[in-house]
Amino acid sequence: MKLKSLKLILAAAVLSFSTAPAFSAGSSVPLQDAQVNLDNKLSLARGAKFYANYCMGCHSLKFSRYNRVAADIGLEEEDIKSIIFTRNEDNEINKTGALMENTIPTKDAARWFGTAPPDLSLIARSRGGGDWIYSYMKSFYRDDSRPFGVNNTVFENVGMPHVLLELQGMQELEVHDDGKGHVTKTLKLVEPGKMSVAEYDQVARDLTNFLVYVAEPAQLHRTFYGVLTLLFLFVLFIFSYLLKKEFWKDIH
Amino acid sequence: MNGLLNWIDARFPLTDTWNKHIAEYYAPKNFNFFYFFGSLAMLVLVLQIVTGVFLTMHYKPDAAMAFTSVEHIMRDVPGGWFIRYMHSTGASMFFVVIYLHMFRGLIYGSFKGPRELVWLIGMLIYLALMAEAFMGYLLPWGQMSFWGAQVIINLFNTIPFIGDVVSTTIRGDFVISDPTLNRFFAFHVIAVPLILVGLVFVHIVALHAVGSNNPDGVEIKKLKDENGIPLDGIPFHPYYTVKDIVGVVVFLAVFFAIVFFMPEGGGYFLEHANFEPANPLKTPEHIAPVWYFTPFYTVLRAVPDPWYGTLAMFAAIAVLFVLPWIDRNPIKSVRYRNRAHLINLAWFTVTFIVLGILGVLAVTDVYRELGTRGTQIYFLFFAVTYVHSRPQQANYLMWFAILLAPVLLWDFMRLDPSFTDIQRGLFWQMMLIPVAYLATTLLLPHFISATNKEKEVPTRVTG
Repeated sequence: MKLKSLKLILAAAVLSFSTAPAFSAGSSVPLQDAQVNLDNKLSLARGAKFYANYCMGCHSLKFSRYNRVAADIGLEEEDIKSIIFTRNEDNEINKTGALMENTIPTKDAARWFGTAPPDLSLIARSRGGGDWIYSYMKSFYRDDSRPFGVNNTVFENVGMPHVLLELQGMQELEVHDDGKGHVTKTLKLVEPGKMSVAEYDQVARDLTNFLVYVAEPAQLHRTFYGVLTLLFLFVLFIFSYLLKKEFWKDIH
Repeated sequence: MNGLLNWIDARFPLTDTWNKHIAEYYAPKNFNFFYFFGSLAMLVLVLQIVTGVFLTMHYKPDAAMAFTSVEHIMRDVPGGWFIRYMHSTGASMFFVVIYLHMFRGLIYGSFKGPRELVWLIGMLIYLALMAEAFMGYLLPWGQMSFWGAQVIINLFNTIPFIGDVVSTTIRGDFVISDPTLNRFFAFHVIAVPLILVGLVFVHIVALHAVGSNNPDGVEIKKLKDENGIPLDGIPFHPYYTVKDIVGVVVFLAVFFAIVFFMPEGGGYFLEHANFEPANPLKTPEHIAPVWYFTPFYTVLRAVPDPWYGTLAMFAAIAVLFVLPWIDRNPIKSVRYRNRAHLINLAWFTVTFIVLGILGVLAVTDVYRELGTRGTQIYFLFFAVTYVHSRPQQANYLMWFAILLAPVLLWDFMRLDPSFTDIQRGLFWQMMLIPVAYLATTLLLPHFISATNKEKEVPTRVTG
């Protein structure tokens, strides 16, 4: 019975998790693998820096706190002060315990961009992982019909300008139709930016890493507790099993 | 110590209760894997209550603050993420455990006399549990919380004449909003848990009055020794307490593996879209209920008319209540029933799982037709089970015709000129499914007598 039941549980576990849904809202292009790695603290710190420089003016991280980010990615609290720009009611620069909000006026922003820039604290979770973010940041292309002159293959008709344009440079969309109804879209860099392709990919990856971390700070620690818990339960299993065997040996 | 016990016993039946329900409750000695899930369900209930109490300390049932307070729990409350993941994982594991528990009752005939009341109370628990889970899912106030509740509450809109009043009463508003969240919180945290705990208590009292069934479906109370102790019974304590501890440890290993390594359960336990705050102006592309409701959701979608679909969905649950009066075969366990009954159970199990998988997928032509066929089999199962009540006397050919008729009738009604060629093709191809179902459960035992033969039930339990 024991072996059979264990197999059953394993089979049930495999069955229930092997069929993750493959849809991701608003996109039909295949996503690129972001190779998210939260152990790379330097990448997380760079991601935080890029985020503060390029994203945070519009996109708050209002569920996250500066000092928590600092502690989690291995920075001193002094260091994180360099990315705090918001002020409190007394017009003092915010303390490190503050939430990572910004000051963009929602109503005006909605008028400027068509929709207010969303808070990105949970974007990595609502998009089901980092691949979407990574692909999105690499998929802007020139489209003069759009208000900001760019469109995005991952998020069609997005209201956002290409804020990393100076780093990546401008891409153009090439659509190949093989005549059999099979259309492939590729992006080609036509005006290089300040960075090489590899450098820009790293920026996109750093930002992705950072956003994946911000979406769930607990993930840095929970697997550690998980291993301890399972080890403990394994030992407990041996003892409880032996106890059961001892009691049951006189039942026939 | 003894003095204290005597003092209590003079005032409260402590030793009596302990003996009656634990130390001298004689359970059959042949419980197998499926018999872990009753005690595990109790464990999960306790886990949900304890973690729920801690969540309530930090959660704010307010449309403006609910989502934020959950993220506050996940980030700023020490150990908050752990409590929250235990609660969200516990919700899903509760249904895993309950479904296996019900499946056990189904295959070993535990719902049959004298345990009809145990089954009925259990079904009420299942109903309360679904209400509890549904209302709890609104509380994080994410997109799926909102739109999932929207879909379900709108079902009540389809009731003729009074639909509007009913759904407005449930919401406390004309749209899902703060009052809805507040009342769902009240039900989720106070009303339904009280009912659940009460029902579980009655479930166990009823069970201990009639005694446990077992994989052989043998009544152990029929054969007792000179002391009045069932020959095949062993005291629940220590034998099943130590055995259940093993089950608990294995269960906890699975449970905590999910909590610590995959708390989102691949997007099924915590849906991705629910990490976006509820937005009444933005409908998600794809609204899927949480996995444990999806079999019934597919039944709902299989019927094009919303009101009849709602009725079908509730009927799919209601029909389970009367199972003890549908299956009148005196043999309880599948082990000694005819082969056709085993095939019937296998069809039902597969159908239930397929309906569940279809419920999380977006509707396509193939899935719609498959869902309709699955729904047909779901309901046919109960009719076929009734026929199998007396396999020797059953007129299988007649029943094959009788049961095929409503399938064809429904098909005739829904075969619409507006069907595309593909839909029409699928319609005819998949008609094979209910026909094959009825053939393997009704024609097979008619033509091959080996599949209609029941085995003799032993007087003592085996193994």
